[in-house]
Amino acid sequence: MTPTEPATPKIELSSVCKAFGSKAVLNGVDLTIGRGESVVVIGGSGTGKSVMLKCILGLLRPDSGSIRVDGVETANLSERGLEPIRAKFGMLFQDGALFDSLSVWENVAFGLIQGRGLPRAEARDAAIANLAAVGLDGDVANLYPAELSGGMQKRVALARAIATRPEILFFDEPTTGLDPIMADVINELIIDCVRDLGATALSITHDMASARKIADRIAMIYQGQIVWAGPTAAIDHADNPVVDQFIHGRAQGPIKMQIRRL
Amino acid sequence: MGFLAAIGRAFLIFLEATGRLAQFSATALSHLVRPPIYGRLIVRQMVDIGYYSLPVVGLTALFTGMVLALQSFSGFARFQAEGAVATVVVLSLVRELGPVLAGLMVAGRIGASMAAEIGTMRVTEQIDALTTLSTNPFKYLVVPRLIAGLTMLPLLVIVADIIGVFGGFLVAVYRLSFNPAAYLSQTALYLTANDVMAGLVKAAVFGFLIALMGCYHGYQSRGGAQGVGAATTNAVVSASILILVCDYLITGIFFS
Repeated sequence: MTPTEPATPKIELSSVCKAFGSKAVLNGVDLTIGRGESVVVIGGSGTGKSVMLKCILGLLRPDSGSIRVDGVETANLSERGLEPIRAKFGMLFQDGALFDSLSVWENVAFGLIQGRGLPRAEARDAAIANLAAVGLDGDVANLYPAELSGGMQKRVALARAIATRPEILFFDEPTTGLDPIMADVINELIIDCVRDLGATALSITHDMASARKIADRIAMIYQGQIVWAGPTAAIDHADNPVVDQFIHGRAQGPIKMQIRRL
Repeated sequence: MGFLAAIGRAFLIFLEATGRLAQFSATALSHLVRPPIYGRLIVRQMVDIGYYSLPVVGLTALFTGMVLALQSFSGFARFQAEGAVATVVVLSLVRELGPVLAGLMVAGRIGASMAAEIGTMRVTEQIDALTTLSTNPFKYLVVPRLIAGLTMLPLLVIVADIIGVFGGFLVAVYRLSFNPAAYLSQTALYLTANDVMAGLVKAAVFGFLIALMGCYHGYQSRGGAQGVGAATTNAVVSASILILVCDYLITGIFFS
């Protein structure tokens, strides 16, 4: 991992704004993620973390501002223009978002079969290899997602996210809803997968233990803006009241409860 | 003023919904004609819509045909026109009741399940997951359902017409003591290709609308179990109303 900034950052957001109706969710987000870097964005529920990820993926369109992936401006690309950009991404969704009508191996192989046009037999072998990479043996391949525990679903979802060997991996609250041991297992897997792929990683979480473990750099989002960003080790000396309140989990401080979800 | 504002607001919401639906339909249609086409998924939807709807559509048609024979017999007996029973049964079924009743039954069966399935996929982020796995959700979810609806409903209606006429035949022969051969020749006598055509065009349109409403409401659903429930209701209600409205319009085009 080289936290030094290369010439073109992998992902670059500058003054990205997004509002739903009259409610401004992103209020000029600036964030730069270097090649091969693992950045974790922390922030409370409803501060626009997921919206930011979805804007980068092109699932939502920002109202203004610029999003560059490998130097290519994506904010105003057409659906078809977004396709080659999206092929660079792998995403682990918060609740896994596994396709419940498909078996575990079909889920993992989905991007290979539908996206890359691989024959099913070949894709199945690749899927089983990817399941092995997240510590699952071939027995689960024919099960359906509903038959798996939450932690296992998360592993399958991780296997699916890495199956196409993406250059960029997104993790949406990877440890939410897991017990501390399983959360640590997932953290370790994320670190391993990112290292093996040499991928750039962007995670959003409010789990500080997870953030400290997987991040090269941490950024804090608050009221739709990045209020602090720096190396992981520096967060304890951030000298920012918002960051301070968040990492120590205090009820008192500048952060007020968000009432409405975004 | 509050009254006018309420009307205006309702009208704006209506326009917004219409615009969204038009946009959705246009996107769906543009994907309908562009590769890749997912053959496996189309076949699976066809089996779901065509084959598994056979029992419910068949029963509906059977009893409709039987009731038609009874009703028209008792009605026509008042002015000695019992001979028209066979013609009335076949024309009402082929032109009107076959497509409409099959459409309404399939709207309840298939439209609801489409909206629930796609709606659940929406609220559990499975549709976003499709997109991130380089698969267009319109192509993967919507197009196979539209194609299956468009093609399967006419086939279902052909089966329904035959079963319905058979139901009428059973009642006429075994209950009302018609001569079987005379009843059948009377059935064929006044039926034209145009009648059958109109029925099948209706069926294709209804099948398309059912799938479109199921997909649209599922795709737009928000906010968990309640949102999916609302999407399911809206899909069935809007498909049923559209079926009745389009039935009138198509009848107007064919028989005016």
